[in-house]
Amino acid sequence: MPQNGGVVRGVVVEAARLCLTAVTLPLFSTSDDPGPNFPELLKRTGVDPSYRINEALTSEQHLDITHGTTVVAARSSEGVVIAGDRRATSGNLISYRTMKKVFAADRWSGVAIAGAAGPAIEMVKMFQLQLEHYEKVEGHSLSLEGKANQLSMMVRQHLPAAMQGMVVVPIFAGYDRRRDKGRLFAYDVTGGRYEEEDYVASGSGSLHARTVIKLGRGGNLSQDDTIDLMIRALFTAADDDSATGGPDSMRGIYPIVATIGEDGFQALEEADIAERFASIIDEYTLDEEAIR
Amino acid sequence: MNMPFYVAPEQVMKDRADYAQKGIARGRSLVAIEFDSGIVLVAENPSRNLRKVSEIYDRIAFAGVGKYNEYDQLRIAGIRHADMKGYTYSRDDVDSQALANQYAQMLGQIFTHEMKPLEVEILVASVGFVADGNRLFHIRYDGSVTDEDGFAALGGEADAIRERLGEGYADEMDLGAALKLASSALAGPERTIDDDQLEVAVLDCLDEGRCFRRLENGEITALLA
Repeated sequence: MPQNGGVVRGVVVEAARLCLTAVTLPLFSTSDDPGPNFPELLKRTGVDPSYRINEALTSEQHLDITHGTTVVAARSSEGVVIAGDRRATSGNLISYRTMKKVFAADRWSGVAIAGAAGPAIEMVKMFQLQLEHYEKVEGHSLSLEGKANQLSMMVRQHLPAAMQGMVVVPIFAGYDRRRDKGRLFAYDVTGGRYEEEDYVASGSGSLHARTVIKLGRGGNLSQDDTIDLMIRALFTAADDDSATGGPDSMRGIYPIVATIGEDGFQALEEADIAERFASIIDEYTLDEEAIR
Repeated sequence: MNMPFYVAPEQVMKDRADYAQKGIARGRSLVAIEFDSGIVLVAENPSRNLRKVSEIYDRIAFAGVGKYNEYDQLRIAGIRHADMKGYTYSRDDVDSQALANQYAQMLGQIFTHEMKPLEVEILVASVGFVADGNRLFHIRYDGSVTDEDGFAALGGEADAIRERLGEGYADEMDLGAALKLASSALAGPERTIDDDQLEVAVLDCLDEGRCFRRLENGEITALLA
């Protein structure tokens, strides 16, 4: 084959490759390959999902951003239970009554979010996609620890936006199939990752929720008792924190509760959750006969 | 400067096609068959780790024969295409036809413009939400695409296998029957294939979510019994 012919051909191929990259079947040279990293893939193809913060916007200027509130998780004898209320607020307004804050991250883990709703939901979406993308590209899923670290990096990357008031603080819970136990991870706004033994909570009502779980010996109970304790914790948080939503029997809206055990992530039926709330309300309702 | 020898374009294309076909024929073949609740993909593959069949998206699977590193690169490009499309639009907007077209474009480009064509043949399979929504796109090394109906065969002995599949294929087979047909069509009349030499995966569901599932050895043996 003549040498100049080869060179010309090479150039054509290079141009064709570039044009194909733009058309959406992404190809990379070995040194430029993003591997199984989905956010990196997006960046390299020109879709940068991170928030661009306007420098002029300071934290003193109050943006009325929608906020999500209380989420909790605790270990049980069969794995973990993760739960969250449904209210989203903008300042003093209730902006959304049916917000979902508890998500399956993949089959064996769940993530729950508190903080600025928009970025939080985007973070969950990106996290779910990243776990799935990794699993498909590599042919096996990340370890639970690996997943927790991925989320930590996402929270850390979000720090500039958090400094402007768009704080997102997730909790992560999953069933570690290599160690056969449930594990819990809490985060701070800088992406710090803290593994907890018994329970974790995040959001404005988390102080109240945490106290209830602590007094109820959360982390050492059966799955059924842990579910009840989570519901009690959310009930108390809603009772004492205006930004946390309680059970709304008028509209039929109840907090979301899910279990993650040997057989994976399973959300509880709404009717079951409603019944458990009803029995707590029964228990707390003043028995006037007894007082007299 | 020496003038290059003139080579007729027909000859160049023929040489490349021969080269690619020879490369593909060196590996084992692969089949895909529609059954009553989805599509089963069966490859003769002695390796448990170097997969020929894999997941692209919720309802889309990929299968490749030929040179492993080349079809694996195509597989990853397909996953990236699908995940990016799902991220940008929605999960419902990821479809197998767009992906098959992308693959065809790319294989065609490489076949006409590069020295060496890719020594691969690939299949993009997808299951629909309705019973007749299944798709099997067979894409060859030169970028030509065929939309197969009911079953597809890829690899060096594809023609003979396709003939055997045609004889045994019936509508609405169950998974066991489809798998038996796949195994006997891959083997041919002279030999049988051990169960542990088969790589089997299915796209099987009419609900939302990820439909791709690999069948484990025990399950394959039970279905073939």
